[in-house]
Amino acid sequence: MNTTPISVRRDIDTVERAGSTPDVQQPWADLGLKPDEYQRIRDILGRRPTSAELAMYSVMWSEHCSYKSSKVHLRQFGAKQPQTDAMLVGIGENAGVVDIGDGWAVTFKVESHNHPSFVEPYQGAATGVGGIVRDILAMGARPLAVMDSLRFGAPEHLDTPRIVSGVVAGVGGYGNCLGLPNIGGEAVFDSCYQGNPLVNALCVGAMRHEDIHLAKASGVGNLVVLYGARTGGDGIGGVSVLASETFDATGPAKRPSVQVGDPFMEKLLIECTLQMFAEKLVEGIQDLGGAGLSCATSELASNGDGGMRVHLDRVPLRDATLSPEEILMSESQERMMAVVHPDNIERVMHICQRWDVTATVIGEVTNASHLQVYWHDDLIVDVPPRTVAHDGPVYDRPFHRPAWLDARQSDEPTTERCPRPSTAEHMRQQILELLASANLCDREWLTSQYDRYVLGNTTTGRGIAVSLDCNGRFGALDPYVGAQLALSEAYRNVAVSGATPLAVTDCLNFGSPEDPEVMWQFAEAVRGLADGCLELGTPVTGGNVSLYNQTATTAIHPTPVVGVLGVLDDVRTRITMHGAKPADAVILIGATQEEFAGGEWAHVVHGHLGGTPPQVNLVAERSLASVIRDHRHLITSAHDLSDGGLAIALSELVLRNDYGLDVSFADTDADAFTMLFSESVARAVVTTASENVDAIRAACELVGLPSALLGTVTADDFLSITTADGVITLSRAELAEGWSRTFARIMS
Amino acid sequence: MARIVVTVMLKPEILDPQGAAVRGALTRLGLSGVSDVRQGKQFVIDLDGALDSEREMVLTKLAGELLANPVIEDYQLRVED
Repeated sequence: MNTTPISVRRDIDTVERAGSTPDVQQPWADLGLKPDEYQRIRDILGRRPTSAELAMYSVMWSEHCSYKSSKVHLRQFGAKQPQTDAMLVGIGENAGVVDIGDGWAVTFKVESHNHPSFVEPYQGAATGVGGIVRDILAMGARPLAVMDSLRFGAPEHLDTPRIVSGVVAGVGGYGNCLGLPNIGGEAVFDSCYQGNPLVNALCVGAMRHEDIHLAKASGVGNLVVLYGARTGGDGIGGVSVLASETFDATGPAKRPSVQVGDPFMEKLLIECTLQMFAEKLVEGIQDLGGAGLSCATSELASNGDGGMRVHLDRVPLRDATLSPEEILMSESQERMMAVVHPDNIERVMHICQRWDVTATVIGEVTNASHLQVYWHDDLIVDVPPRTVAHDGPVYDRPFHRPAWLDARQSDEPTTERCPRPSTAEHMRQQILELLASANLCDREWLTSQYDRYVLGNTTTGRGIAVSLDCNGRFGALDPYVGAQLALSEAYRNVAVSGATPLAVTDCLNFGSPEDPEVMWQFAEAVRGLADGCLELGTPVTGGNVSLYNQTATTAIHPTPVVGVLGVLDDVRTRITMHGAKPADAVILIGATQEEFAGGEWAHVVHGHLGGTPPQVNLVAERSLASVIRDHRHLITSAHDLSDGGLAIALSELVLRNDYGLDVSFADTDADAFTMLFSESVARAVVTTASENVDAIRAACELVGLPSALLGTVTADDFLSITTADGVITLSRAELAEGWSRTFARIMS
Repeated sequence: MARIVVTVMLKPEILDPQGAAVRGALTRLGLSGVSDVRQGKQFVIDLDGALDSEREMVLTKLAGELLANPVIEDYQLRVED
């Protein structure tokens, strides 16, 4: 491996040359730029861009980096932001930061790595984890845990095991090597993700308030340090066009589109960076992710108060044949960029050396207003950084409600369309059918590959709870409601642990924004989420938009994955699924309506997708959260009701504990089928000692939440459900039969 | 009886963290002048009878589908006598 750049004198497209050769044809279309976008670059610069500038603008103005189609809608997250004192850093930075009290802050964010994970599942998923961990690190925090929300094609499809095993091994491989626990997430199968799996990774980290760092380059004379892995040709893709255009044929023919992660390098990067933070050596910091150096330099300069001069030939290379354009575009993993005062540079270099991390001063902050990039003695980039990083094109794309939506929404899962079970035995069979289905079965096959217990120290103080949820079928039926239901579920999930939900991060996965019907779905989902967050008092602190998730012209279901972060003052008071004792009472909190559209019962039993999704009730959601939080000392265990409704929640309680449950619906208004399979919102099952039943039910009544006494926890192994048509009895072994085997069967 | 050896290596442009780690260790343990290490894997396949053209075609196809991941890896077949 050649580690020093060979000083080959190439035919460099300098700023000077660009000024004198206005008519040179440039491959802007091959780089994904539109004619008016290219013209706009020429207008900004007052000349044609150099090939290096063209590379920077094209990648930074891409949908992925510029949010050009989504920006006009995403502004609602700011405009409708609820009043809260908790938010310390909001949208726009690497990740949002939330105050959790006692001088502590938490930062968290979810990001997609969908397309790379389809091309190369293992590396795509692994580098997705690596990228989000660096985002959290760049805020000044120590990364604490990761989560992932995964969506795959149909369980019976031949290609599904390949993607699932690669993605799961990649998430596990990278996270485990970093020593970060994987604390949960989702794995969903649906044929709409067949050619376009979704890999959304979340990381959460913690820091003291005074340790918050931002991505800005300020202070004239401060040095720009690039540290971490050497730069190779990873993920360059289309920019090779420039190389072949500008240079002779001696350049390398192949540039890999796949980025390979090195978690051990990332671990060094984390520890090295945290030591720099601890010694207060860093003025500004940015991780290198999508768009690599183009993004890091232009964003740091744009957020600062001056300009920046960068000497690109100083960048340590893994492949000495890379052209300057390729170095600017490379997405090599495990790299960071720090802005450091000259007085501190020696110490920074020493720390990097200590951690065996390559570090190089590649530039400095200037008092000019431009970002200037040199290749040896030649000036090859001379741009106002804001025009690259922040003032890119913004599109208000046309959108309209899909014509087919009315027909889909009127196709309710009625008793004619989706016959309901007629006997207790029939219901019993359907409970087992749901438990053995791909989306409800045991995820042990998957989670056992993740390190779940590392860093699981004894805790006595503050804690956080995070949940990541979405049901794409709800989004397909009504994207506005679907987004709110995702929020509602994640909020509820956090609330049943006894935590107070504080803030939201989101990963909005949609099809092509150039399709007006998809654009409508996106606009509706954002509107729904912004309205929902306002009502729940939980601001969106950051996240990610992933568009163009489609195979040919078929888009995925609108899939707005929502993460909610909550805080517990004392983790010893948290509620789990496991604290109930025999003779405890079982209470259902919340109202149950006949709501099956988009739910698991309609999906699994009838393969039906139609109707309008469950009604959103965020007021009830808030009330449920407050009742549980305020009575957590009385509640011995809790389980929220979501996918598969009460039937699945009760089954899981029996499956994951060593007790049984004996319940009936005598105390409710609805029939047994509705009680068991409806997916109405704002509901949870809680257990409590019998003497506390009245206190909890009175608290529910006080906030207008219905509650029902379902029955008791028993000392045996049975889930026993008394209905008007007889008793449904299921032993733990029967429940486990299909539930525990399905995932392995999908993978074989 | 034929013996076919299939060698699978990461493509030269793909980062090889394991190879880099081995390179560091070799140097640290006293081998001077190590400029690069690439790590790969090898399959030794014994066949009953000769490798006729039809079996060679099948094996070549399967090498690209089962033994190697052509997105990031190159592979070579070698027949040993």
